[in-house]
Amino acid sequence: MGAQPLIRVEKLQKHFPIRLGAFGERAVTVHALDDATFDIAEGETLSLVGESGCGKSTTGFAILNLHRPTAGRVVYQGRDIATLDEKAMRPIRRDLQIVFQDPYSTLNPRMTVGDAVGEPILFHGLCKRSELPHRIERLLADVGLPPRFAQRYPHELSGGQRQRVAIARALACQPKFIVCDEAISALDVSIQAQIINLLLDLQEKYGLTYLFIAHDLAVVRHISTRVGVMYLGRLAELGTRDQLFGEPLHPYTKALMSAVPEADPVAERNRHRQILEGDVPSPLNPPPGCRFHTRCPIAMAECRTIVPEWRDRGEGHFVACHAVPA
Amino acid sequence: MSERLLDVTDLSIEIETRSGPATIVAGIDLHVDKGETLGIVGESGCGKSLTMLSLLRLLPNKIRVAGGRAEFQGRDLLKLSRRELRQVRGGRIGFVFQDPMTSLNPVMKIGAQLSEPLIYHRDMSRADAWKRSGELLRLVGIPGAEERLHSYPHELSGGMRQRVMIAAGLACEPELLIADEPTTALDVTIQAQIVDLVKELRKRLGMSVVWITHDLALIAGLADRICVLYAGTVVEDAPVDQLFATPGHPYTRGLLASIPRVSGSTMARLSSIGGTPPEPGRRPSGCAFAPRCPLAQEVCRQNAPALQPMQGSSNAHRVACHFAGRLMSEAA
Repeated sequence: MGAQPLIRVEKLQKHFPIRLGAFGERAVTVHALDDATFDIAEGETLSLVGESGCGKSTTGFAILNLHRPTAGRVVYQGRDIATLDEKAMRPIRRDLQIVFQDPYSTLNPRMTVGDAVGEPILFHGLCKRSELPHRIERLLADVGLPPRFAQRYPHELSGGQRQRVAIARALACQPKFIVCDEAISALDVSIQAQIINLLLDLQEKYGLTYLFIAHDLAVVRHISTRVGVMYLGRLAELGTRDQLFGEPLHPYTKALMSAVPEADPVAERNRHRQILEGDVPSPLNPPPGCRFHTRCPIAMAECRTIVPEWRDRGEGHFVACHAVPA
Repeated sequence: MSERLLDVTDLSIEIETRSGPATIVAGIDLHVDKGETLGIVGESGCGKSLTMLSLLRLLPNKIRVAGGRAEFQGRDLLKLSRRELRQVRGGRIGFVFQDPMTSLNPVMKIGAQLSEPLIYHRDMSRADAWKRSGELLRLVGIPGAEERLHSYPHELSGGMRQRVMIAAGLACEPELLIADEPTTALDVTIQAQIVDLVKELRKRLGMSVVWITHDLALIAGLADRICVLYAGTVVEDAPVDQLFATPGHPYTRGLLASIPRVSGSTMARLSSIGGTPPEPGRRPSGCAFAPRCPLAQEVCRQNAPALQPMQGSSNAHRVACHFAGRLMSEAA
């Protein structure tokens, strides 16, 4: 990448202790995220993909310190923000924002769009009250909503419009970095394209950096600079979009790519699909060694016992797999 | 000539509202041939699920069929008595719902749930039905099928539960399997397993399938023919290859253009359809797509276009658009 990374993630780990059983008598640990190490470069879109429960959202939350990491560091502007308390985090939160999947539950139903968008501006004291309506109007224009929407309530909006409001709110304090946590997954296809275009426009206009968490690989390929693939709480592979889609190295990445259907009936008929057998094991008790070995078509003896090292195989293409030559 | 299995004509569905009945589905025509897989594609609220639910008279409260016919093997499903209906449901027509967690009974063992339709429809003894249930689980690829019969739904993963749902839908070897977004809640690698399974079973059992989805990429590899729904009407009905190669309706074209292609160029802006679909029950007059359509003229706002064979195309490709012909010449 060359340039100074905006955010550096080092050995990030998040475990959730939970209690199971009818009376909570069994204390167990969910291994949601282990040993994640990667950089996020300024102005790029880094996507995290993987199946439900693989830890991609947890990674986003842990970077923003919305879930306090169990171990590891998140370096932003030369500081480790993973250990900061809520008060020390507050000024930094201006720079680091998030847009969630479900625009129905993230907006307060009793707040008008204008109030929702204006709240973070007032909270961080970014402008005078008298200038606020003007600021709100500009933000709504940024996300393609007319000024009259400031007086509306969330229930009066469609799903796509709500997501625009959520994006305007995230933009309100001029952030540098936005986590898009499945931000387009709940939208209909025709609306999805509108929001993707909006995100691309805003990135160009404000030089934003995105961590894009998604499971739709076609969308990810469309918008990403780099892509990371996760499986059961660990990164399996990370590289530029062309490395990942052009020459995937990890057997899980290969299987994932081959499972994605393409909107072309002729290609689909002639395509050879590599179908993985079985289900993803439970993160309560992840398999030892490589976590993918229970479903891996090329698993060897060492995969069952030794955790594969996370290594750069050249030109920033990181893989954790024993079968990939160094 | 292939044999018609299901023929739906002019089906309308209404919802009761405080200000009187509102139309959700406005005169749908569709058919399924024997051995054929029909994909029904549309965005949320377009009426795709309600249409299929109405065939088995499973519509929720306050929503009712307002008119039309639905002939299945020569009999109108909408006029069957309760008793006749019970023969069809789960017997000749199997149904797989979207969410396996809410459609399986949480306090009944998997084996008992699968046995139920066999005992009812096929007059099997309890022991035979249990044995057959084990075979069904093996058919849908569940490992350790015999032990799994003793499991409760919460003990299975999402992919396994969806397999159980499919096994239940297939239990009586129906002539028609209706699957309503059966893979939406599942991960892609599990989705690929389920799609493969349905393809293989279709071949082996010779049944017809109606697959309801919003995912055009998924249906591309699965369906023989596709019906595109918009705001409660069929806007296009075409063999799968023709639909993707020469889509006739501007909505279909918009949908196809808004999908990012894995093999397409990147970072470019996607073409998108402006505006939002109408709320169910608030269909505009004339062509429902007109307010969002780049080609709309006065005639579109006045008259709803009928579903007609596309010019210069086979009779199997039908489009409901005043300007379908013009679109084609532009595309050529």
